Amino acid sequence: MEQPNLSYIHSMSGGDKAFEQKLIDIIKSEFPEEKATYYKNYKAGELKMTAENVHKLKHKISILGLEKSYDIAVAFEHNLLEGSTDLNENFESILNTITNYLTTL
Amino acid sequence: MNCIIIDDEATARAIIVQLCSNIKSLNVIADFSNAIQSIKFLNQNEVDLIFLDIHMPDFTGFDFIQTLKNPPKIILTTSDPQFAIEAFEYDCIVDYLVKPVLPPRFEKAIIKAQKTELNPAEPKIVKEKPTDTTGNVLYVNIDRRLIKIVISSIYLVEAKGDYILIKTDDKNYTVHSTLKKIADKLPESIFLKVHRSYIINVQKIIDIEDNSVLIKKDVIPVSRSNRPELMKRLNLL
Repeated sequence: MEQPNLSYIHSMSGGDKAFEQKLIDIIKSEFPEEKATYYKNYKAGELKMTAENVHKLKHKISILGLEKSYDIAVAFEHNLLEGSTDLNENFESILNTITNYLTTL
Repeated sequence: MNCIIIDDEATARAIIVQLCSNIKSLNVIADFSNAIQSIKFLNQNEVDLIFLDIHMPDFTGFDFIQTLKNPPKIILTTSDPQFAIEAFEYDCIVDYLVKPVLPPRFEKAIIKAQKTELNPAEPKIVKEKPTDTTGNVLYVNIDRRLIKIVISSIYLVEAKGDYILIKTDDKNYTVHSTLKKIADKLPESIFLKVHRSYIINVQKIIDIEDNSVLIKKDVIPVSRSNRPELMKRLNLL
């Protein structure tokens, strides 16, 4: 499975280390909240709201350089809006990968 | 250019702030996690450019644009490429950035914004509908009697199957009619359809919370599509 990286953050920071750390801190604080909201809505069967949560999480997936995972998230969001939960396991696996990665930063 | 950023995601706001900091002509004066908060700010401050997320809960970027009488230049920031076509319907939208935004693409959008001149919007004229030659009254047929209702006393009209319930300051009337028919008799400047089953008197609103309004003791739902027009009618401080 592809691994998260900081390529995007480096590409836009212009070497500004303070900004890089600030952005990582924001992601570390925002991601667990968005993930928790996702699980809450998914467990409640609120597929439309779950799709909204996936939509928001998609941005962080792309910021962390997970290109293939981003495509999975796009497809999963679409499935949820169609009333299907296909790709749920793949998506949650991406969330776990990001969670583990953020603990290393 | 004075800019503001509207995005419900803190990460996205931080990225745009950083991208703006690399361009001397841009001055970020505020950022907001929801569009409604920014309306008051826009009424009090000179803003030349808005970075606006489309996909936000309750009140989308497009809902927000519709509430602005003289919108400044807007650059949309979104993860949804499929909204691009809709974006072209708004003259104020100068560019459309798909997240994650890369610096070269961002700079291109700023150059485009600097070159674009917006035409000031013509003031929208709300045409008053004729009410009644005898004054602002409406006659309704109840039990074969024509009963006079002073229009300004009506605070709510609710659809109830084949009937409508007209609520006034001192009495309620159930009339065999439709919302469409009564809407044609009520002045547009005061009354607004906020939901498929409700027309409200905007002047009688006590407060607005999320997707509902409080009028007298009635909490009335406001549908998403009608919310922009309602926000436009409010005299926000």
